Amino acid sequence: MTTGVLNPSHYPARRAATVVQHYLNTRYGSPYRWIFLSKVHSGSAEDVAEMRKYQLELTMQETISNVSGQCSAELLFPGGEGQSAPQVQASCEGLLQSNTTAQEEAFYQQHRASNNMVSGTDIPDSYGHMEPNMKPFWHLGGVASSFIMLRESNESTLYNMAQVANFTQLETEKDQLRFNYHVLLHEMISQEIIHWKLLVTWSPEQGVKVLQSELQPKCHDCEAPPNTTN
Amino acid sequence: MEQMKRENPDVVSSMVYGQTYERRNITLLKIGLSSTGRKKAIWMDCGIHAREWIAPAFCQYFVREILRTYKTDTKVNEMMKNLDFYITPVLNVDGYIYSWHNESTRLWRKSRSPGTGGCTCYGTDLNRNFYANWGMVGVSTDCCSQTYCGTKALSESEAWAVTDMLGKMREDILAFLTIHSYGQLILVPYGHPNISAPNYDELMEVGLGAATAIKAVHGMDYTVGTSPDVLYANSGSSRDFARLIGIPLSFTFELRDKGKHGFELPEDQIQPTCEEAYAGAHHIITYAHDKVFYSYAVTVTATLWTTLLAAWVSSAILL
Repeated sequence: MTTGVLNPSHYPARRAATVVQHYLNTRYGSPYRWIFLSKVHSGSAEDVAEMRKYQLELTMQETISNVSGQCSAELLFPGGEGQSAPQVQASCEGLLQSNTTAQEEAFYQQHRASNNMVSGTDIPDSYGHMEPNMKPFWHLGGVASSFIMLRESNESTLYNMAQVANFTQLETEKDQLRFNYHVLLHEMISQEIIHWKLLVTWSPEQGVKVLQSELQPKCHDCEAPPNTTN
Repeated sequence: MEQMKRENPDVVSSMVYGQTYERRNITLLKIGLSSTGRKKAIWMDCGIHAREWIAPAFCQYFVREILRTYKTDTKVNEMMKNLDFYITPVLNVDGYIYSWHNESTRLWRKSRSPGTGGCTCYGTDLNRNFYANWGMVGVSTDCCSQTYCGTKALSESEAWAVTDMLGKMREDILAFLTIHSYGQLILVPYGHPNISAPNYDELMEVGLGAATAIKAVHGMDYTVGTSPDVLYANSGSSRDFARLIGIPLSFTFELRDKGKHGFELPEDQIQPTCEEAYAGAHHIITYAHDKVFYSYAVTVTATLWTTLLAAWVSSAILL
């Protein structure tokens, strides 16, 4: 495990920075706000008790408005046998400048009444294409996936959402829009495509929440799970 | 490919150099101005991983671009004279065709050979199947895994076809480029963390030059380094095999993007991605070409001057 000052273009810093990206999306993401790592400026890693602590200086970019911000982050990857999620703290300057209130409110009002439940499949499709009215649902899927990607991340993983396989809107409950999502996550180191089913809620006030998540089996006729040698 | 041959019969020919598992032809285009002697070569292959659709698109763009410019661009013309370009637009034909079937097969990666020994999953990761530290690191022995390296090195006919061609041509190949997505990276050998290429410094310098050329086109950042440094350790890759048999300049290109669309890059990014990748490839190919064809001229010129100087000195003494 790399310890000390990290090379910003090497994988340890980039994997940790991607975890920060997932964290920021769980905190601030919405159908109109989706954040991606732009650049790692510097970082360091150290062993703290049984855990691995990273400190990073990053540029993150909100991908819809293209507004960038500088972020300082600290992560703790838990050690030992447990499968617990990394802990992240981050503060950013300038990242959340874009005013998404009007769009979010309009989207919320448009979909909160129960008379027209929306759904979609293959976002983006095989050609990277999606209908414009599906885009906010794509962003929402990406943000919801961030909860899972954050939870599942460790120093040997690098997650991105590959596609929203499908989503279906459910009855609005407690003023939250609700959806069932089936997302495909791409894990770079194993190169696996991992299927998750998520129960997602969102409102402008409450933000995105994932109430339930269920890992889908890889394929029906496959046998033991992959066993990667390192 | 047929169209390129038809439209440019004096510079383009094709060659079938192997078969896939499902018995499809693996074809390359050989592009260059014809010459009587044996020519040096540049190798490029695309689509070793089925789902990386931007890669075959780039090979096609590259072919079209050199054919479009070789008559008017003096550098491309010179390189077409001195070199032959061997371009395989799609290496993993079975996997690629399978990934076009429907939405559920779009993210297929491997070959389409069946599993063995009771394992019911299909496919071997062709880029883990080459005879280059095969099976050592960054692979899986589970045939259901995306990085399954096969029952043995070169178990896959596609990997064997490339190995066979490279073996025959190895003294002539100046640069080997294998095109993938995604990640925006230029990877240099080797995939094993404990093994360094003898010309690592040169590889890094040329790779960084390529990344600079890429950035100049549309501002995109491509990170350069060994796979274990910037991505992950792996073995059995075609890039490593090429370097091991002596091809000095061996690179993996990971094209756009960095994860937002991933493998499913939208149509409006195909052209700009190909433009920047072309600039990167052009940088590497120019370096490889000039290293051979200009340093030779430098050596000849130096020898000529030395001879002239010696003749002058001896004649001066005589006087």
